[in-house]
Amino acid sequence: MKRNEYDVAVIGAGAAGLAAAAVTAKAGASTVVIDRDVRPGGVLNQCIHNGFGLHYFKEELTGPEYAARMIRKATEAGAIFRIGSSVMEISPAQADGRRALTLYSKESGVEIILAKAVILAMGCRERTRGNLATPGSRCAGIYTAGLAQRMLNVEGKLPGTSAVIVGSGDIGLIMARRLTWSGIPVKAAVEIQPKPAGLARNIAQCLEDFGIPLYLSTAVTKISGKDRVESVTIAPLDDPTAERVIECDTILYSVGLIPENELSRKAGVVLDPKTNGPVVEEGVYETTEKGIFACGNVLHVHGLADQASEEAERCAESALRSIGMR
Amino acid sequence: MYDVCIIGAGATGAAAAYWLARKNVQVVLADKEADASFGVSKANSGIVHGGFHYSVSKTLKGKLELEGNRMFPAMAKELGFPYNQCGIIVVAYSEDQLEEVRKLYNQGIENGVEGIEFCSKERMYELEPKLCEGCLGGVFAPQGGVVEPYAYVFSLVEDAERNGVVFERNFEVVSAEYQDNVWKMKSASGKELSAKYVINAAGLYSDKVSAIFGGEEFEILARKGEEYLLDRLSPAYPTRVVFPVPTHTSKGVLVIPTAGGTTMVGPTAHIVPDKDDTDTTAPDREEIFELAQYMVKGVSKRDLIAAFAGLRPALAGGDFMIKISDKAPAFIQASGIQSPGLTASPAVGKLLVSLLEKAGLKMDDKKDIAPVPPKRRLREMSAEEVDELYQKDPAWTNIICRCEKISEAEIVDAVRHGHVTLDAVKLHTRAGMGRCQGGFCSAKIWAIISRETGIPVEELTKRGKKSNFFNGSIADVAFKGDSYETK
Repeated sequence: MKRNEYDVAVIGAGAAGLAAAAVTAKAGASTVVIDRDVRPGGVLNQCIHNGFGLHYFKEELTGPEYAARMIRKATEAGAIFRIGSSVMEISPAQADGRRALTLYSKESGVEIILAKAVILAMGCRERTRGNLATPGSRCAGIYTAGLAQRMLNVEGKLPGTSAVIVGSGDIGLIMARRLTWSGIPVKAAVEIQPKPAGLARNIAQCLEDFGIPLYLSTAVTKISGKDRVESVTIAPLDDPTAERVIECDTILYSVGLIPENELSRKAGVVLDPKTNGPVVEEGVYETTEKGIFACGNVLHVHGLADQASEEAERCAESALRSIGMR
Repeated sequence: MYDVCIIGAGATGAAAAYWLARKNVQVVLADKEADASFGVSKANSGIVHGGFHYSVSKTLKGKLELEGNRMFPAMAKELGFPYNQCGIIVVAYSEDQLEEVRKLYNQGIENGVEGIEFCSKERMYELEPKLCEGCLGGVFAPQGGVVEPYAYVFSLVEDAERNGVVFERNFEVVSAEYQDNVWKMKSASGKELSAKYVINAAGLYSDKVSAIFGGEEFEILARKGEEYLLDRLSPAYPTRVVFPVPTHTSKGVLVIPTAGGTTMVGPTAHIVPDKDDTDTTAPDREEIFELAQYMVKGVSKRDLIAAFAGLRPALAGGDFMIKISDKAPAFIQASGIQSPGLTASPAVGKLLVSLLEKAGLKMDDKKDIAPVPPKRRLREMSAEEVDELYQKDPAWTNIICRCEKISEAEIVDAVRHGHVTLDAVKLHTRAGMGRCQGGFCSAKIWAIISRETGIPVEELTKRGKKSNFFNGSIADVAFKGDSYETK
């Protein structure tokens, strides 16, 4: 079993983790940034649309471009990468205040990393059809918007022939446009709230520009289909009898994001039931566990990647102070 | 030509295959679905019942339930499927219910159930501290427990395969003819099989299969049960399986500590006209949560991660029908095997072997039984053990499913056992069964199945037939004037 020591261990190499690692490494702290995926960049790698970087880099970039710049920043600052590596556990603080991270990877097997400060930047996961318990069939053709995005943009696979978007989160809106451009007509986006969840610019550029109807205050009451989705039934909340059936073979769920904090919970970090993110001291970003910090979407879901990166830089400064390097 | 063809690779058919694999006969197990356990056996509560719901002397299902219950610990040890003998409690909330519970206890005593207890209120809270207020007493059956039903069925089928049984997937029998003491069968896709004896273990469709072979005429009713699965961090996870007092149609809505470590609530029980109707519904969801929240603290819809429905194949009268057919030659019926069919299945399988012998099939015990390869699960291993396995196979330290902690090595093992659909890999390994419901791991699993089998990702399915995931590749999309079209 390999053992390595660093000043700072950052978990997650997305918009937040890369920005945090760049700051700590530049300050001279030995920094390792760990990610489960085989390439750093997190979800940015599948977001091939533009609109990233306007705040942080003052220019408009696509997701992979934003990721590439962040990776360069972290690399040039001297951060060490562990990709294809899953953190299985964060130990309680040892007598010297350090924590041991247990990593599994195909490359190195089991590796123990000792770090003076740990920065959580694991991002979030998508809520699913199962979380909502939408009634109906469990046939093929039901995806989270992010999974369909990955299959289309990274693997180049078409998820179906006609689609309905459930929810109106930004990934769902972006995917409505992406599917249309891929020859997959999008019949509707269905949002249970009276207002759309995504950014106004995405409503305009991804739905309105393509004439995709957005049904607000409307519930999905049934998914039908034997082997594959055949239709989805929707009904307005104020008149549940006014059901209508939309034929489609693909349903994408874009119904919210949940900070991915199971690792944090296991390490004893207390979570805020409102945000599902760790409870942290305002502006300090330290969790209830000493020496464990949190930033980006693992802390609370941000509207823009830029905001996650900016927050991560403030968090990294705070982590540096805690180990006496600021 | 085979000696025996078993139709249906659910718990009943798989158990028959497992026991027949220990005899020197040629056996084929045929199922219309893309994998074993894809019908009734994959979608149920996963309970190994405690032997007190039915009379052992008056019902066949009661007798076989108790026999099966007693066989489970040894089978789980041998085959390595997830099983937990956590015990079952039935909770009474009124004086009337206490009367009913007393009857269950008496039935258990009469049946000869070991260790069954009639419990005071205090004893009930000691057995299950998560019970809600208001319990007046109940029954405790320590021999009851939970099993991962699909893992159990897969392990039976894989053991049978190791010992010479042939498993034919996607074989839907559409016609059969008996000539010169041999059954000749044809599948929907035109494949043929012949065997001297046939066992009808076709579950929901055993009525249809019986008709094809000219056997007894009967009708199987589908009684639907919905189940709701909660995150493994749900505070509701009980110590025992918690039952309410049963009604005359079902054992009621349970709170189940599943063998996989999650909490499950359900099932409901409603007859449905369509045997393919496994839709979940909003009214059943509400009913289940209301009843479950009444029994166990911490049950919350906030923790919901998945829902499913299964169908119980019920015969009029409610008992199992397991016998040599009076009408069709060399044909054995195993029908109406609804709850407690999973619990009973090891005993049902044995009974079917003895019926084959009675019907004239001569068989002796096989001398050499292939040993069961050790079943390793990453989530149950220490870092030291994992590192040791990594030295032999680096796939052990490649985490594919983060929610359930499933390694690439486990996915590869499932695929190499012939499980090539996403649902079968999920049921075999638990990958995709956790809180993200495959959002992160599906793409990785598709890639592994494709790499191992050579099947292009575009052709992979969720569960066989037309349950494809993809419709070609982005390279096929062409811009035509003002629209985009797929080739």
